[in-house]
Amino acid sequence: MIRLENLTKHYGSFIAVDDVSLEVSRGLLYGFLGPNGAGKTTTLRMIAGILRPTDGRVFLGGDDVHRNPIAAKQRLGFIPDRPFVYDKLTGAEFLRFVAALYGQEGDTVDRRVAELLEVFELASWKDELVEAYSHGMRQKLIISSALIHRPEYIVVDEPMVGLDPKAARLLKDIFRQFVSRGGTVLMSTHTLEVAEAMCDRVAIIQHGKIVAEGTVDDLRHQHRAGDASLEELFLKLTGGAQVRELAEVLGHGGDDGAP
Amino acid sequence: MTQPSLWRVLEPKWRTALQRIREERSRGGSGKLLLLVAVGTLFWLAVFWMLYVILRYFRGVEELGPLLAGKLLGLVLLSFISILVLSNVITALSSFFLAKDLDLLVSAPVDWLRIYLAKLGETLLHSSWMVALMAVPILTAYGVIYRGGPLFAPFAVLTLFPMLVVPAVAGSALTLVLVNVFPARRTRDLLSIVALGAAGGLILLLRVIRPERLASPEGFRNLLDFIAVLRTPTSPFLPSEWATKAIMTFLRGELDPLPLVLLWTTAAGLVTIGAMLHRALFAPGFTKAQEGAERFVRGAWWRWTVGTLLGFLPVAKREFVLKDVKLFFRDTTQWSQLILLAVLVVVYLFNIKALPLHRGEQVGFFYVTLVSFLNLGLAGFVLAAIAARFIFPAVSLEGRHMWLLRSSPLELKTLLWSKYWVGTVPLLVLALLLTGLTNVLLQVRPFMMVVSMLTIGGLTLAIAALALGFGALYPQFETENAAQIPTSFGGLVYMMATIALLGWVIFVLWQAVYAYVRAVYEGQPVVVTAWMVLCFAVVAATCAAATALPLWVGLRRMERFEF
Repeated sequence: MIRLENLTKHYGSFIAVDDVSLEVSRGLLYGFLGPNGAGKTTTLRMIAGILRPTDGRVFLGGDDVHRNPIAAKQRLGFIPDRPFVYDKLTGAEFLRFVAALYGQEGDTVDRRVAELLEVFELASWKDELVEAYSHGMRQKLIISSALIHRPEYIVVDEPMVGLDPKAARLLKDIFRQFVSRGGTVLMSTHTLEVAEAMCDRVAIIQHGKIVAEGTVDDLRHQHRAGDASLEELFLKLTGGAQVRELAEVLGHGGDDGAP
Repeated sequence: MTQPSLWRVLEPKWRTALQRIREERSRGGSGKLLLLVAVGTLFWLAVFWMLYVILRYFRGVEELGPLLAGKLLGLVLLSFISILVLSNVITALSSFFLAKDLDLLVSAPVDWLRIYLAKLGETLLHSSWMVALMAVPILTAYGVIYRGGPLFAPFAVLTLFPMLVVPAVAGSALTLVLVNVFPARRTRDLLSIVALGAAGGLILLLRVIRPERLASPEGFRNLLDFIAVLRTPTSPFLPSEWATKAIMTFLRGELDPLPLVLLWTTAAGLVTIGAMLHRALFAPGFTKAQEGAERFVRGAWWRWTVGTLLGFLPVAKREFVLKDVKLFFRDTTQWSQLILLAVLVVVYLFNIKALPLHRGEQVGFFYVTLVSFLNLGLAGFVLAAIAARFIFPAVSLEGRHMWLLRSSPLELKTLLWSKYWVGTVPLLVLALLLTGLTNVLLQVRPFMMVVSMLTIGGLTLAIAALALGFGALYPQFETENAAQIPTSFGGLVYMMATIALLGWVIFVLWQAVYAYVRAVYEGQPVVVTAWMVLCFAVVAATCAAATALPLWVGLRRMERFEF
């Protein structure tokens, strides 16, 4: 289980995450939604132990990420939104390096590396330096690296960015299989169709606070939204007026003769 | 369509620079600024004073004085222009072909001339600011000694500016041609090796021909020959010579507009040719620059060698070291600097060998011991500079990958440990080689050999730790170019701390070595006294503290990093 207790993060006087409490049970694919700058990435980076919270705690399966980091992180696979990888390592070397960070090596790791590269169609690139990889290929490599040590929890920030439709579909299948075997995925995304189709539960965060939490049906019920789509619900909860304003601005542009 | 002004095209650059200054200020950076200004002023004063003494001496020499002063300025400006061509070639590659703002500029409806001029200006600024700053105390000394008057300053600016433009245009044009032949990333590799190889070769050549012998008058048949050599321009077709002529003519109070006209027309002509070349070759070159460096790499060799050698380490440490070694040797911009380092070591040893300690009259053991002792300080300084270049940036270079390291169960201690030893082991080998070989060349006695080897060993451990510790205290996570990191404020503080350490260790050690020298000098048996033991103990304790403390502080700092 992933548990957040009163998680808070301040950057100077700016409150990025404000007293967030959340529980993601085992075997769930959990969607973490919110507009840009709502605090999604900050929350995920605190869960991954990259950022220290100003207040509150994060537990991964009973281990506090910041007080008992080694045990907690051993179970975690983190996929960031920006795929920074060592440019001068090859894909295979990078995966072996990541496995080593989790204390794993040997034939088992070599087999796993080969499997993952094959699954993500990177096998023919395995001896190529990462500097020659495209954005999407780097993203696939990072996803592979999060799976290399067989984690129990995956925390993933915008997983579909940069992926081609085939890879996106593959990732959805991998996540579904992962949770069906008892793994837990906490995923932030802007792709609401993906969240609606894949996630067992979702939380919507805005201005650093969780404004809604539950299954998509729960949210419809809570907000008397009938059979509205998740996108409509999202806009309703996070400021659809702005979207209407945007449409008006674009509409005026068209009136002015813009193409 | 109205084209944006150059100022507007360069807006992201200058706005970023302004923002950095503002951020620095809000973080209480005025102390930093004061320190930088103080160090810069001290450096300027030192250069000014050195030149002032030399020029004052020249002024006292009739007939030859002005000739010597002109020759010296010619040599200084020639070396400036040689450095500038090399640095412009490398800088132009980044600003014209690899910079992040290029996608935006090239896709915007900005005409080619504006892009050329903006990028040329950027290249000029980045590659010439250091030379321009260096020229200030030098020319001030000339102005003061030869009484240039208040008009000398604007005249010097008027002379130097076109001299800086010429290598910027030449360097950019050369880069433009090279990028059209090789892909940009390959060109960068190639240029790093060629530039550093050329610089190394030049240093080696200059040292091996022993220019100091040219200064001795017995090398010339008579005075007229000597004057004839001085009158001959070093390089009549080079802008450095025109600039020298312009400045020296002005200082003599004569009026000769030709050198200035030559400088300005050449600069203007070259900018025009450069722009035409840019128009023809930039688009295909920029397209080529987008190509990745395609090559297959097999890391098995490192695994068999370094990996096997480190087999006794836990897997995370071993792989971390292996990763750092691979990254270093696969990045041409990193390892190619070893060429320069090797050359400098050879020159260093050559200088020691060239010392007239064992020629002619037997020079006493006192001088040998003194040189060997002072050599410790010098070697320490060389090691500090090397550590600044290679160890200081180690933590900063992990910045973009911290997401991986901090989300994995890797302990920061392990990370720091790996970084420390990857940097320290080669530094230690170099330190022991440098000191050992120097001592052999100096024919020092076993006592001095043991003392200097142990001291340099201890100092190296401390210098590496200081570099890593200060690197963690003053990280530069946004900088992609490792070579720029040591020139930051943190790099300056690190160098000052290391020099203080060296000074203290040399001072304490001298107390012990002096007792030894005196005993030998007076023909008494060398007895290791309690005082000597105390001195050695203080040196050992200082080195141990200067090793442990920075690593501990660096670790604490790293634990507070946020990404």
